[in-house]
Amino acid sequence: MAAYDLAFLGGGPAGYVGAIRAAQLGKKVIVIEKERAGGTCLNWGCIPSKSLLKNAEVYQHILHSEDFGITTGKVSFDFAKVMGRSRSVSDRIAKGVEFLLKAKKVDYLVGQGQMGIDRKIKVKTADGKTQVIEATNVMLATGCVPRVLPGMKVDGKVVMTSREALEMKKQPKSIVILGAGAIGVEFAYFLHSFGTKVTLVEMKPRVLPIEDEEISDMLGKNLAKQGIEILTETSMESVTASASGVKVKLSGKNAKTIEADALLCAVGVQANLDGALEAGVKLELEKGYVKVDGRYKSSMAGVFAAGDIIGPPWLAHVASFEAIEAVNGIFDAKYQPKKVGVFPGCTYCQPQVASIGLTEAAAKEKKLKFKVGRFPYRASGRAVASGDSEGMVKILIGEPHGEILGAHIIGAEATELIGEVGLGMTLEATADEIAGTIHAHPTLTEMIKEATEAAVGHAIHV
Amino acid sequence: MAKEITMPALSPSMTEGVLAKWHKKVGDTIKPGEVIAEVETDKATMDLEAYDKGTILLIAAPEGSKVAVNGRIAVVGEPGEKVDAVPSSSPAPASTSVEAKTVTQTAAVPAPVMVSSSGRVKISPLAKKIANEKGVDVTRVAGSGPGGRIVRRDVEAAQGGGSVRSAAGIFGGKPIAQDGVRLVSQMRAAIARRLVESKTTAPHFYVEREVDAAPLAKLRASANVALEMAGEKLKLSVNDFVLKAAVEALRRVPAVNSSWEGASIRQHGAVHLAFAVALPDGLITPVIRNAHAKDFRTIAREAKELGAKAKAGKLQPEEYTGGTFTVSNLGMIGVERFSAILNPPQAAILAVGATVKKPVLASNGAIVPGERMSLTVSADHRVVDGLMAGEFLKALVEVLESPGVLLM
Repeated sequence: MAAYDLAFLGGGPAGYVGAIRAAQLGKKVIVIEKERAGGTCLNWGCIPSKSLLKNAEVYQHILHSEDFGITTGKVSFDFAKVMGRSRSVSDRIAKGVEFLLKAKKVDYLVGQGQMGIDRKIKVKTADGKTQVIEATNVMLATGCVPRVLPGMKVDGKVVMTSREALEMKKQPKSIVILGAGAIGVEFAYFLHSFGTKVTLVEMKPRVLPIEDEEISDMLGKNLAKQGIEILTETSMESVTASASGVKVKLSGKNAKTIEADALLCAVGVQANLDGALEAGVKLELEKGYVKVDGRYKSSMAGVFAAGDIIGPPWLAHVASFEAIEAVNGIFDAKYQPKKVGVFPGCTYCQPQVASIGLTEAAAKEKKLKFKVGRFPYRASGRAVASGDSEGMVKILIGEPHGEILGAHIIGAEATELIGEVGLGMTLEATADEIAGTIHAHPTLTEMIKEATEAAVGHAIHV
Repeated sequence: MAKEITMPALSPSMTEGVLAKWHKKVGDTIKPGEVIAEVETDKATMDLEAYDKGTILLIAAPEGSKVAVNGRIAVVGEPGEKVDAVPSSSPAPASTSVEAKTVTQTAAVPAPVMVSSSGRVKISPLAKKIANEKGVDVTRVAGSGPGGRIVRRDVEAAQGGGSVRSAAGIFGGKPIAQDGVRLVSQMRAAIARRLVESKTTAPHFYVEREVDAAPLAKLRASANVALEMAGEKLKLSVNDFVLKAAVEALRRVPAVNSSWEGASIRQHGAVHLAFAVALPDGLITPVIRNAHAKDFRTIAREAKELGAKAKAGKLQPEEYTGGTFTVSNLGMIGVERFSAILNPPQAAILAVGATVKKPVLASNGAIVPGERMSLTVSADHRVVDGLMAGEFLKALVEVLESPGVLLM
């Protein structure tokens, strides 16, 4: 009999969350993690980047303190300390996850794991030894790694991915960022806030191209106003790196050659199965991602997969959801695991962008009948009082039943505001329920109510 | 001087009518006897004829509106004459306009409270709205949300005939019909009102006999052959014989041809023979007037004509009112026996079953193949007693078992 009911290969938001769920079901579980508990999200993604962005916000607040009647002296910062805080935040939370696993009676093993055709996992630990883990079921939760463009050599100093950028020792005076998705935009905002000259290059016509057009247009204008150079419909032709910096040749709408201290490649991610499967293990893949069925089962018996490794959207909260659903299904044959439906997407630059559900263009394409409600931040007492009067809440209300099709928010705390809409959509609330909920005054959440009322034609404050 | 056209009482049971269609508009001239509109009553759609001549000055009841009997529907007069917007005469045009004969449940009808026997129905607001609009009974929908909560997909599946899990085999698991709520038609309302009144006020009792239908079947077959050879289009049905037989049985036991009138019992000297005709949304009983004075062929021909008119919704009031006895036959769809509800104020109704082949004990004790038909009389015990009903049945059996007499 196998020692474990379920072994996780990877301890990120899919692996550790799924493992805790399995332990709650009374199963014997192990998480095998090659680096650090918490995975990309906690160590090289969501968490450290939010820490850096907070530094940027604090710095910007201080620079603009005159707006609030506060005079400061000469303001300076120590970039190494800025970066250092981010690392210590990750360390602290990763330790928290390790503690959590122990508390929930999940075995945790650090080492490079490799699954064989017999489903046994060989784990090479730091001390050079190899352990063999046997489990009735295996869950692949190895995630993704940043994608690098062909011909690009990442040296970690002048040519970086987000991974290296999170460990920058020295602030570049200038940087070219390839890709204006969430990662590219967040780094652009962070570095620009501390004075780096940022050129943001995007192949598509808009920054945050998957967001609602109106919202990403607003963000593009706002970032440009802040001083970030935005080159859309432009792609990289070639890059030449030297010790002192990079020469980036661009083609497309803004064809030119730019010299900068550094280049950050933020063009997306790719599946990470490097070393996870022994030679001879045949696993059906789709575009490099593990192909799974409705129960998150791979083509190999007893082998499941969840999280980034099964494909987009590459989001921590989606990965955790999938892992829990998969685990519930593994141990309860009658349970039908759910696939990801509606999920929020967030970008944490300032102004923040958050969205859920359909964009206006997508709703039109689906030929749905709907109304759009908008509410500007400048009409919100709370937003104006806080000095955050730039932004908008946009909500799509279906007709005739008033269901929420989607919501798109740009502005302060957008990423927190989107939660209410998510709950509403899960509960299948309609415009009536949102409008019928008393929202505290003054709060930013009132804007969700007002935008909903605007959609159905009776907003009070616009 | 302008005159009002009001909703006429087109049948004794009519309290209101729906203005189904206008043939005239404001400004048109009309003359007495001209059909100006169609009115849907509880029984049929009927033509409304003008009694006066003049010009239509005002149409007070638009198409689709429901108007009480004597309520104003239009005003005629001289061109240019002034018309009061509100009717001068008594009853105001009744209720609101009904848009369609079948409406899905919307604001017009308050949504039924949908609560399961165990109490609250767990349902999302969106699912509830869709269910109310589509008329889906949520108490019968299985929820697939957390804790069995009914969500949008469940309602849509229930409505679309979708995913009710079943082991229904070749018959599929789809709902047998689309859930829905429709308004009661004028006819169905009349049926409901009259039959509830009948079943709750008239003390019904039932007597039943089987008749040897072999002679009848034989006669009918040969008569139809003869008619065909003679080039006649008329084809005789079993029911034609039953109708004529009922008339002859009533002639022998006339007390059955009576009505209860509270303090008195009315004996009818004439037999106005009603017979039930099924319609898409209900039934109607056309009446063969003075059937006691008509021969078999006349009765058979009138039954055909009235049946066709009934199915077309074209019966005139005198063609479905004033019956004194009713025959209801379900034999043609294989029903072997049943009992009918009295058609008030008549004191009796005859329910006729199918002719069934079955073994019969002959008078010599041998078992022989027989053709049998069941006859059930429902009678109002206030008027008809058991013996009388039995005598009526006996007479009926006698004539039906010697059916040749009916053709005389």
